[in-house]
Amino acid sequence: MIGWIIFVIIVILVLFLVIVYNSLVRLKNEVENSWAQIDVQLKRRFDLIPNLIESVKGYMKHEKGVLTEVTKARTEMGNATTVNEKAKANNMLTETLKSLFAVAENYPKLRANENFLQLQEELSGTENKIGYARQHYNDVVMEMNNKVQTFPSNIIANLFHFGKKELFQTVGKERENIKVSF
Amino acid sequence: MSKSLFQQVRANKIKSVFIMFFFFILISMLGLLIGLVYGNVYLGAFLAMFAAAIYLLISYFTGDNMILTMTGAQEAKKSQYPHLVHTVEGLAIAAGIPTPKIYIIDDSALNAFATGRNPKHAAVTVTTGLLQKLNREELEGVIAHEVSHIKNYDIKFMLICVICVGIIVLLSDFLLRSFLWGRRDNNRGNAQIIFIVIGLVLAILAPLIGELIHLAVSRRREYLADANGAVLTRYPQGLAHALRKISQDPDPLVDRANRATAHLFISTPFRKTKSRITSLFSTHPPIEERIKRLEEM
Repeated sequence: MIGWIIFVIIVILVLFLVIVYNSLVRLKNEVENSWAQIDVQLKRRFDLIPNLIESVKGYMKHEKGVLTEVTKARTEMGNATTVNEKAKANNMLTETLKSLFAVAENYPKLRANENFLQLQEELSGTENKIGYARQHYNDVVMEMNNKVQTFPSNIIANLFHFGKKELFQTVGKERENIKVSF
Repeated sequence: MSKSLFQQVRANKIKSVFIMFFFFILISMLGLLIGLVYGNVYLGAFLAMFAAAIYLLISYFTGDNMILTMTGAQEAKKSQYPHLVHTVEGLAIAAGIPTPKIYIIDDSALNAFATGRNPKHAAVTVTTGLLQKLNREELEGVIAHEVSHIKNYDIKFMLICVICVGIIVLLSDFLLRSFLWGRRDNNRGNAQIIFIVIGLVLAILAPLIGELIHLAVSRRREYLADANGAVLTRYPQGLAHALRKISQDPDPLVDRANRATAHLFISTPFRKTKSRITSLFSTHPPIEERIKRLEEM
């Protein structure tokens, strides 16, 4: 009788271990996948900027400062490797691009340029996608971190060295998550 | 949230199987009846089962394309609709699903729908009217709602509803018409009568089943997609404003929508009627209620 009880307890424990372990692996993969998604969009913007500089250069002769700022931010982006560095470089790039497009408002000829408009749409689209990718990444990271830190899944996470992941932080105004009750 | 999403996905998968099974039984019974008329019950039932299985298989895998063709949707090219394509791509990233295919219906009405069988095989369709009259945030709200339908597997359930209701409508039409226009043959008078009865029963049944499905499909599912969509955009007002514009649109009619495809759309694609019964059995919860819930988030 006692043997049976022990057997049942062991089976339950093993099942629990398997389920939690698998969910941790799934979350870790999801975090990696959503990070790759951010990276794709960051890369896309990185590649678009030289075209943008090229298309505005002729028009914005008196705005050298803005252009060098953008180029500088882009270089920094290219050198960033960790989540934190990329987040910082990304913020800087976003800010400098914003001022570039703000200055561009003063150049009616530029605003009529088909190529420039296309690039602007492309860049703002990419900008939004970075935001969405970051949002998704942070959601998944949050889920992962909750699992790694809360009892009892933290025991298994420690056992197999699942660590906390870094959030992709932004400065300035962030759209807050809304509360939804089902 | 993820747990409730998981439950929603599972519920949709189970319901899809249930509806398919129900439909399969119904068609088999019909086969049985027809077999009875011709004196070979088993053959009739067997043939009907076979036909139903083939139909279900084919339409399950091509149904989304059939729906897109039926509604006259054209694939939206990035060069032509860059803004729409970017919005869909962005929200797909936010939801963590692959980018669905993007389609356009050339119609001044404000409407949109999603279809497909799973997030890997999915499509989002919007009308040109929607693109013209909604601003950026509003369009994001609508697209987020549709992307949520995809992520929840609502599209799978809805696709199967469309397939099953569609064929019942078609069959009843066919049987009734073959009675009206077919040659009168005295030797097969019996068969004729049975066919008429079946056709009539189906004709009565089809809209009833349609209503049942609408009840199952509509309210909770739409509220949930609204809420999940708001989680994606983090801006419930966007969809709220869009819904208000949609509800104030004088011409909500999508020319090529029909009973089978109606419940796919974000708002009922038919003319507004004032009767209270329609509100009880309508495919969608009242827009005012949806706006209220969004604004309370």
